[in-house]
This record gives sequence, structure tokens and C-alpha cells, in this order.
Amino acid sequence: MNFDLTEEQKMIQQAAKDFAERELLPGIIERDEKAEFPKEQMKKLAELGFLGMMTDPKYGGGGMDTISYVLAMEEISKHDSACAVVMSVCNSLVNWGLETYGTEEQKLKYLVPLASGEKIGAFLLSEPEAGSDATSQRTTAEDKGDYYLLNGTKNWITNANCASTYLVIAQTNPEKKHKGINAFIVEKSWPGITLGPHEKKMGMRSSDTHSVMFNDVKVPKENRIGEDGFGFTFAMKTLDGGRIGIASQALGIASGAYERAIKYSKERKAFGTEIANHQAVAFKIADMAVKIENARNLCLKSAWLKDQHQPYGFASAMAKQYAADIAMEVTTEAVQIHGGYGYVSEYHVERLMREAKLTQIYEGTSEVQKIVISRTILK
Amino acid sequence: MKILVCISHVPDTTTKIKFVNNNTTFDTTGVQWVVNPWDELALTRALDIKDAQPGVVESITVINVGGCETEPTIRKALAMGADKAIRVNANPTDSFIIATQLAEVIKKESFDVIFCGIESCDFNGSTVGGMLAEILNLPSVSALSFFDIENGEIKLKREIDGGQEVITTQTPFVAIVQKGICKEPRIPSMRGIMGARAKPLQVVEAAAVEPLVEFVSYEYPKPKAACKRVDPENVKELVMLLHNEAKVI
Repeated sequence: MNFDLTEEQKMIQQAAKDFAERELLPGIIERDEKAEFPKEQMKKLAELGFLGMMTDPKYGGGGMDTISYVLAMEEISKHDSACAVVMSVCNSLVNWGLETYGTEEQKLKYLVPLASGEKIGAFLLSEPEAGSDATSQRTTAEDKGDYYLLNGTKNWITNANCASTYLVIAQTNPEKKHKGINAFIVEKSWPGITLGPHEKKMGMRSSDTHSVMFNDVKVPKENRIGEDGFGFTFAMKTLDGGRIGIASQALGIASGAYERAIKYSKERKAFGTEIANHQAVAFKIADMAVKIENARNLCLKSAWLKDQHQPYGFASAMAKQYAADIAMEVTTEAVQIHGGYGYVSEYHVERLMREAKLTQIYEGTSEVQKIVISRTILK
Repeated sequence: MKILVCISHVPDTTTKIKFVNNNTTFDTTGVQWVVNPWDELALTRALDIKDAQPGVVESITVINVGGCETEPTIRKALAMGADKAIRVNANPTDSFIIATQLAEVIKKESFDVIFCGIESCDFNGSTVGGMLAEILNLPSVSALSFFDIENGEIKLKREIDGGQEVITTQTPFVAIVQKGICKEPRIPSMRGIMGARAKPLQVVEAAAVEPLVEFVSYEYPKPKAACKRVDPENVKELVMLLHNEAKVI
């Protein structure tokens, strides 16, 4: 067993840290308050290659391993989760899904501009009545011979407005239930696509979240991913990897709060000494450290399994559930350590606490992860 | 035009400095090593010029005098965009050794511009650039805050008291740069990082050079005196303290 990072992995971690501190941290509070998408920052992030980290260089990506991706996600998420979620959706869901299951033509046409950061992608699975229960897709893709006719509404779509390329999950044969579901590559500019208003969220306010409505959108046959009826398997396989991204995001939110709590506890004095010298605070720091270390190990283990081409769905479910849950706990304690200052925006930890909550909900709630984990154990 | 950027392998600027062996040796335990920030700025400026004028700048080489432990730092410079690297295999103990080793390599290859950071953040000697120019009998311009090439002519600006000096010089020359030479150091791209290992890193053996100085020991800075707070309304007390205790007025 070797816990050492390679020279490249360390360099990627440092590059992500430098970028987050230099480009994302300044202005983060204002962007959060105004729910303003970090357009300029995303452009720079894309230029550096953070949106196509794991994609094969022949398709415009960086050709990196999943461990590098976890390291970068943690560093970016310490400061700006809205940027981190764009990274996660692009890397884990859209690019990985296209690279793994797309045809060569689809990859050349759609993956290359996505992996090189020229364009942004979105993954459209959730619906008003189909969140955790992804089999209940109401969006339909009617087979019209040489094209599909797409109708329906998708909810909570990250990158909905900034993305050019959508991967849409829709029902083609309702009688076949989940085996009738297909996945399609859809260009946002096609006629019949409209967006709902920007969602007013509790946290990650500057991330670009909308509902997307499809009204008789014609999708060419060659834009279906995989064989007819492959869509549900495509979505589930893709979400296995997506969990690593969100787990790493939750890890970054937790470690961002932890680092700020340490700094504050060494500066703030109460009863004649720094509050870090009070056992009540010191023990909180210790508890945070143990939880973060566990979460990091789970994230890196699932990334390692993925890089070794071994099954990683079980490990990534554990990483996602644990990292998200401890992110909530750690950020709550970080606010507590900061006292009144933790409850105002200047010290960042209240924002991290709001952001942590979402990691327990999206890309499979903590409860859904426990279903995956328990079913794997008990089958 | 061929550009050489001299880079130092230094402890990260946030390192907590400790000495061992009766304060004669810097304790490197747990230290994270980085490209010297001033050298990083110099390299960034060189890369910016190459990006803007690819036909003018033929290549950018980085050079370091150090043991094999400096190679991750050199790879970082390659990841930032340098084309190739040279490591002079030596463990220098003073600036003269570094300047001499650099000069030995430069004599054998031809570079039009040799960039050095104004100082390194470990020993802060601010001497290598000047020594190097002297050994090579080349012009040098120090404290540069602006460097550009316009129609093949070198345009330079350096900070002087109350303003800037605008100058030009012949090549080859040694450009000793300070803050302001570029906005911020370049962050290596993902492709740059992955491609760094494939770039050439030549290791050359060191010339036999004796140091001119010997370090005896290190001393920690004196601890800061306790901070005295004065009521903003009490100007008299402030003046009294500045006069009698701090003795600055």
C-alpha cells in the first residue's frame, strides 16, 4: 500500500490550491450574495484544463487519473463550491459518460470541445417527480424513425444556462419501464428548449441551476448514446463516478471549514487565552480532523479503484454518503467555533455550512447512498 | 531569441523556519519546496513574451544549481511552459558557487537573455544575477519591473526613487527582475503538468569551485516586543511612548 502522491498529483493539487486562492476566493461572498455565476473564473478554470481532467488527450482532455481529480476538487471546493460543481458535472458526468459510451463521431463532435473547456456540459436526469427514483422518467423521447421527439421538464439542472451540450435522460418505451429509457446528446440551441428562472437556493447560489423544458425538440438518431434502452444503465454508471466528484466536493467544503476554524481558534482569545487552548474547542478540532481524514481516504480509495478499473460503485457510495454527512457536521462545528462571527458571511463558514447541505441531497441523497451500500452488502 | 531563466529551489514562503545542529543547519523536515517566487515571475514574463511573439522567442530554458531533490521544482517550471531544463549537479553553499556554475553552462551555450530573480526567498542574497553578469562580462540590468521586445529591440524599465528609468540594452544580457515584471506567476495547466515529464531535463556535472564564504551559524530574529495599545483619544501618551520608549521621534 502506498499513500504517497506522485509528482504530477502534487503539482495538480498545488495548481488547484493556487487557482482557488487567487481567482476564486476574492469576490466569493459577493458572488454568493448576488447569486452571480462565476463566468470569468470558469473561463480561466477551463483554460487551465480543469474541466476535462480525466479525458484522453486525444479528445482534448488532460489524461489524468481520478486521484488527481479528487485532489483538485477538494482544493477548489474549499473556496468555491459553485465552480467545483461545474467541474464535477463536466468531468464525472458529461465527459466521462461521453468518453465511455459515446461513438467516435459523438466524441469528436461533442467531447472534444467539452474536454478542452471550450464548451460546458450539463446532465439532465432529475425531474419534478423523479429525483432519487430515477426510473420514473416522465420526459419522453418518441421514436419518429430518423429522429426522436423530446418532450418534458427536467429540474435542478446544474449548468443549465452556461452549458452548450446537454446529456438528457428520457423515456422512449414506457411499457419497458427503466429498460425503455434512453440517453441523448442535445444541443441547448435547438428549437423547443426553454429554461426556467435561476433557482434561488440556500447555498451554492452562484451555481447555474434552472429547470429545462423540452417542447417537441427533434433529436437526431445518431445523438442517442448506446443501444436502444441503454439510458438507465448509462445514467446509473455515470452517477457512480459522479459520486466521487461530489464526495470530493463535500470533502473540500469540510476541509475548508476546518482550516478556517483552526486559524480562527488560534487567533481569537477568550478567558485570557486563544480559544484553541480550551479543550472544548480543541476536541472539536480533533473530531473534525478524524472525520476529514476518513472522508479523504474514502474518496481516494474510490478514485483508486476507478483508476484500477475495479468496481467502485460501492466505494463511491460510501465516500459520497460519509463525506456529505461529515461536511454538514464539520461546517456546523466550524460555525460554532467562530461563534457570532461564524454566523456572518465575512468568515465564510456559514456559506460552507449552507453548501454542505446540498452535498447530502444532489447526485443521490445520503439515504439513496445507504440503499446502494446496504443492498451491496446484503445481496 | 533564446531565453534562459535561472531558478532557485527554495522553501515555501509560509515555512516555519527551524535550525538544528546547534543552529548551524536549516531543518528541512516537512518543508515544502517551491520555485523561488521572483524566478517564477521572471519565467512567467518570459513565457508571456513567447506566447505573444512566438516567432521572436525560439526557446525558454530553465536552469538550477542543486542536487536531484530539486527536480520536482524544475518539473514545475517545465509544467509552467519552459521548453527544457538544465540541472547543474551541485550542492552550493554560497552565491559565488551558484553564479560560477551557471556561468560555466552559459559559456557553452548561447542565450540572448538570462533572467534572474532579484533575490531568492531563502538566503535573500540578491547577488547571483550581478555576479553572473560580472563573471560572463555581460551587461546586467537590475530591479526590472518591465521587460518587452518591440521590433526586436529590448525595452526595459526599472524602479528608481520617485519614478522609473526607461532603458534598452544589447543582447546577450542578464535581466534581474523584481515584482511588477508580470501580474502574477503562471499557474501550470493540466496539460502542462502532464507534459512536463516528457520535456528534456539535462543534468550536467558541476565545475570544481570553492566557496568564498562560510556560514558559521544562524540566529533567530529577536522576538517582537509586546504590543502596547493606546487610547485613540490619548495622543499625549502616544507621543510620549514614541519619544521615550520607541525613541523614533
